[in-house]
Amino acid sequence: MEMVIVAPPAPGRLEDLRRRFFATPLQAVVSLACLTIMVFLVWKLLNWAVFSAVFTTSGGPEACQATAGACWSVIAARWRIIFFGLYPYEEQWRSALACVAVVVMTVLSCIPAFWTGRRIALVWGAGTGLFYVLMKGGVLGLAHVGEEAWGGLALTLFIFVTTCLIGFPLAICLALLRRSELPWISRTTGLIIDGVRSLPLISILFTFAVVLPFALPQWLQGDKLYRVILGSALFFSAYQAEIVRGGMQGVATGQEEAAMALGMRYWQRISRILLPQAMRNAMPATINQFVISFKETSLVVIVGFFEILASGNAAYGTGEWRFAYVEVYAFIAFIYFIFVFSLSRYGAFLERRMSVSER
Amino acid sequence: MVSLLRNQKVRNALLQVLYVGSIAAMVLAGIVIARRNLADQGITSGFDFLFKSTGWDVNFSLLPATANDPYWWYFLIGIINTLFLGSVGLILATIVGTIVGLARTSSNDLARLLGRTYVDIFRNIPLILQVFFWYAIITHLPTPRSAHEAWGFLLTSRGLYIPFPNVGSAAFAAATVAVIAAIVLPAWLGRTSLLAQPIGQRRTIQFAAAAAALACATIILALGRLPDTPLLDFPALQGLNLRGGLRIPPEFATLAIAIAIYGGSYIAEIVRGGFKSVGTGQVEAALSLGLSPWRVFTLVRLPLALRAMLPILANQYVWLMKATTMGIAVGFTDFFMIVALTINHSGQTLEAIGILMAGFLAINLSLAAVFNRINKAIALKGNQLRG
Repeated sequence: MEMVIVAPPAPGRLEDLRRRFFATPLQAVVSLACLTIMVFLVWKLLNWAVFSAVFTTSGGPEACQATAGACWSVIAARWRIIFFGLYPYEEQWRSALACVAVVVMTVLSCIPAFWTGRRIALVWGAGTGLFYVLMKGGVLGLAHVGEEAWGGLALTLFIFVTTCLIGFPLAICLALLRRSELPWISRTTGLIIDGVRSLPLISILFTFAVVLPFALPQWLQGDKLYRVILGSALFFSAYQAEIVRGGMQGVATGQEEAAMALGMRYWQRISRILLPQAMRNAMPATINQFVISFKETSLVVIVGFFEILASGNAAYGTGEWRFAYVEVYAFIAFIYFIFVFSLSRYGAFLERRMSVSER
Repeated sequence: MVSLLRNQKVRNALLQVLYVGSIAAMVLAGIVIARRNLADQGITSGFDFLFKSTGWDVNFSLLPATANDPYWWYFLIGIINTLFLGSVGLILATIVGTIVGLARTSSNDLARLLGRTYVDIFRNIPLILQVFFWYAIITHLPTPRSAHEAWGFLLTSRGLYIPFPNVGSAAFAAATVAVIAAIVLPAWLGRTSLLAQPIGQRRTIQFAAAAAALACATIILALGRLPDTPLLDFPALQGLNLRGGLRIPPEFATLAIAIAIYGGSYIAEIVRGGFKSVGTGQVEAALSLGLSPWRVFTLVRLPLALRAMLPILANQYVWLMKATTMGIAVGFTDFFMIVALTINHSGQTLEAIGILMAGFLAINLSLAAVFNRINKAIALKGNQLRG
């Protein structure tokens, strides 16, 4: 006698839905409540943002105030100030191109083929150089535009990129110093790192922007923008140093001992054995730190810079669009969201990819 | 000399002296230059200014404050404001985060989707942008004359008005302490001398302690009640202004809402991670012992998840405490804003920065100490099999 085991028939669509959302009375209540909330929110949002919204500037601010929906005309009328700040009108294409350069640079550095120290340094150096030349001008027939006129998205990206560019090597130095075998060096570095980490970023930015000029000789003070970038890089490096150090702790001691036995010198051991493996371990946390520091560039608005948030305040701050604050903030939030969300998704993808390769 | 440099020990000592010395020299040089620059502006360094009156006002204070008060009193007000805003924000963020985090771990697809949308949206927008957004919303609320009203709550551009018991402020503070005691006391009792008692008796004693503390709070409130007034004081329009009730200033409300929503999205992820770390074996074992889903949750999943969450949660709380410095963006006089105002008005730059650092160090260290105590107290004893 042959036993035939037959799989139970696959549940139909309705049955499947019932099992997933209405298995028990409690499940049914939760499902219905969630569904109601979702439908309500989505309908409200669509109604506000699309169906009863005004998209054109033809009617001016008056047309907007008549409707209950969003007034996207404020963006259509003011997008230049949000993206470019006070940058001269005829030169704004340069600011746009500079932003594109930074985005391309970021995308390139997300590709594994560029993950060697030299290539990544090359990409970031070239990208930042291009950005700087485009923004500042004064060469190649481009008109000179001083840093005080920079603003909007370009300034946000500039602060972010330079923060990472200065902060990352500094973080590696701090991490190496902290794990030094010489007790006073590691202790002093630890004190600096922990001290910076215990302070809020705003207070560090404020100190570098307002207080530092008192404590520096005239010739060292530099522009306020670069002082603030330095402060933000210091803050970034204190956090990143701990991440790098964590990555270094994940490298088996045998690796370094083997390198030593092969007669490699300190810098060879660090650059060829320790750092490549440590950076790999630290990659997900590093991406996370980049995400955080991108969000935190918005804090420079407090020490008086005209980055995208401040230029958004200016976009609705003048008389006729004063009522359209929600639309402006929603637009800026959307820009931040695109950058931050794609970066953090990339981080999550990387984490999955690496956990697969370790199995 | 050369032979000395060849000696590893000498070289190491020299390196260390050089490193520490150069950092110390840089800091010292900065301080010396700053003192000279400040002296040129007629500002004498030292902490004497702490006892001078400030001459400016704070817009929010739990303690009485006038422009005649000395600087040290203002610093105290700032620290208390920061701690108060921080604790309100932390509590709200924890509530939001727990709800969203549980939704994210729920078995219901719709609840998970809702939780995930919340986290994705609010985590990826900078906190300061959210602060600006809520501040714009609150300051554009209608004037007191045409306020939104619901259940005695009034939403106006001058702040949020809520009904408040008619009691003296001292009595209210005492009652708050008693309510906190009602929460802390049972937990503390459960950890100390009662451990030897059987669990039933322990529960009774804990319950009695909580009840006694709550009774204390009620008695204090009853005694401290202002004579000839109704039990609750409802805000109401009188002339052009609102009278009665408790006014929550727009700045405070803004920051509390923003910290609750933004912090909630981070705490939700921590809660989710905590529950994910509970081994499926533990849950299966509990289910196969015949425990109901609710008891599996309260007796197995929650206690284990809580232990996994706590260290990360502590970091998040420290971060949120530091986020109160956003107050300066909307003009809430937190500790950092008081320091910034002090620098503006008195010019005592170095001293004020020193006080700022010391203040935040103290806040961070005490938070860390509290969480280390809790962590140690609830740590599982001995080796535990997880998974």
